[in-house]
Amino acid sequence: MAKTIQEINEKIKSGRAVVFTAEEVIGVAKSKGLKKAALEVDVVTTGTFAPMCSSGAYFNVGHTKPRIKLGGGKVTLNDVPVYTGLAAVDLFLGATAIPDDDPRNRIHPGRFAYGGGHVIEDLVAGKDVKLVARAYGTDCYPRRKLETLLRLEDTNQAVLFNMRNAYQNYGVAVNLSDRIIYTYMGVLQPNMRNATYCSAGQLSPLLNDPFYLAIGMGTRIFLGGGVGYVVGSGTQHNPGVPRNDRGVPRAGAGTLAVTGDLKLMQARWLRGAAFTGYGSTLAVGIGVPIPILNEEILRCTMVTDADIVAPIIDYSDAYPKGIPGNLGEVTYARLKSGSITVNGKKVPTAGLSSYARAQEIATILKGWIQGGEFLLTEPVTTLPSVDSGIVFKPLNERPINNNSSAS
Amino acid sequence: MATKRLVLNFPPHLIDQPVTYQLITKYKLRVNILRARITPKEWGRLVVEVSGTKKNLDAALQFVAQLGLDVKPLAQDVRWHEDRCIECTACTSICPTGALSVTRPEMRVSFKHEKCIACELCLPTCAYGAVEIMF
Repeated sequence: MAKTIQEINEKIKSGRAVVFTAEEVIGVAKSKGLKKAALEVDVVTTGTFAPMCSSGAYFNVGHTKPRIKLGGGKVTLNDVPVYTGLAAVDLFLGATAIPDDDPRNRIHPGRFAYGGGHVIEDLVAGKDVKLVARAYGTDCYPRRKLETLLRLEDTNQAVLFNMRNAYQNYGVAVNLSDRIIYTYMGVLQPNMRNATYCSAGQLSPLLNDPFYLAIGMGTRIFLGGGVGYVVGSGTQHNPGVPRNDRGVPRAGAGTLAVTGDLKLMQARWLRGAAFTGYGSTLAVGIGVPIPILNEEILRCTMVTDADIVAPIIDYSDAYPKGIPGNLGEVTYARLKSGSITVNGKKVPTAGLSSYARAQEIATILKGWIQGGEFLLTEPVTTLPSVDSGIVFKPLNERPINNNSSAS
Repeated sequence: MATKRLVLNFPPHLIDQPVTYQLITKYKLRVNILRARITPKEWGRLVVEVSGTKKNLDAALQFVAQLGLDVKPLAQDVRWHEDRCIECTACTSICPTGALSVTRPEMRVSFKHEKCIACELCLPTCAYGAVEIMF
């Protein structure tokens, strides 16, 4: 007997919904058996908190007197350039944008201490940011200069819009060279003296719904401490990655594009991040509820860290050169034990995704649902899955021919 | 036997004084130099762990203060901002003394002041500004 989201929502409204986090449900399903648990459990909550680079926010800052056309002009927020190719007072701030000539970035490896992600964190924390603008001026928007302090509450709209978040699995990074390297997977010590990984593993949203049966466009989620929605699949969404016999991808596969009202979010769940020698970005907290509509969906949420493998990738040479292949696969259970063995060598591990915070998010979302304040949504359409034919393509370089007189 | 971790700041005119020698021979302290930066004409900085009887330690600290050195406990120079830490565990694998450590399987991160030797290896690994060392 399959449940519907509507039925589950009725239970939520009357405070009778049975909710577990993706970690708790493993034990629950084991002790009750899959069949019984699928009937009893209504929702499983997942969570993740980690750097998610393709993130950003758009704003409408309101009109000045006289009016100014920020669109097409140059604008910075706390010296971080924002994108202005939009309407007169609409701006887009990307998480990885950095100031044009930050002295902290000039000397190798560079600290990247402040960037777009930090501006977002500051705004959400209620701080003033400096908006400095130069415009080319038009008859209808004659003003050419603007310098003002700006706070999130002053804006008309402030919307978090992240084109790629919640990666479904990722690789494990090592460094086979003899020099320290600085990457988005952290500082990697030479001669494979450390390994870093970035996934919430058994708590991760898409790893608990490997074929995207439950999560789709319009799914209501916990985002940055507030409520958000899945917009669809994110950039680089790649469902065709090899999977194990439970359907769990063996490398980075699906992604989510998400959005939500920034004014209702909290700095605890939207943190600027500074990766030494690499760049700035934004750590985002996401929690996705999975409605237990049938046994199959519940079975997927029973995934454990020992069931999920990730490929070990050399970031000193193979990765930068785009050479495929790996040094083997390792489970998240092994990674979280503190050390893994690669080619007979014991390598200490470190995470970049906070499992402790992922737990917290899954628990908060569980509380919202149990408290009747968070209803589930029916996806408007599903995310492209394994049968979609999607192929993750590299950039096919084609020379631009300047000599040709024909177009 | 008492043990203290201290940061000794030498004003430029004192950097050629064999202070460590005195601590060992005169005050019978076991001295372990954890960190040292000495440049001619600049302030010198020594991070040391000293052990000895309480009487000798107190006398040694008085001697050093009288000489004109600035002495501070190391604990003041190393700061872990719990409110900034997101407990990602990136720092724990590089910490040589286990001052930054993680409990498993909960994956909670904590910092033990008394184990920190201010080696600074954790600094570039923390993306959230949670570790701060004033060296």
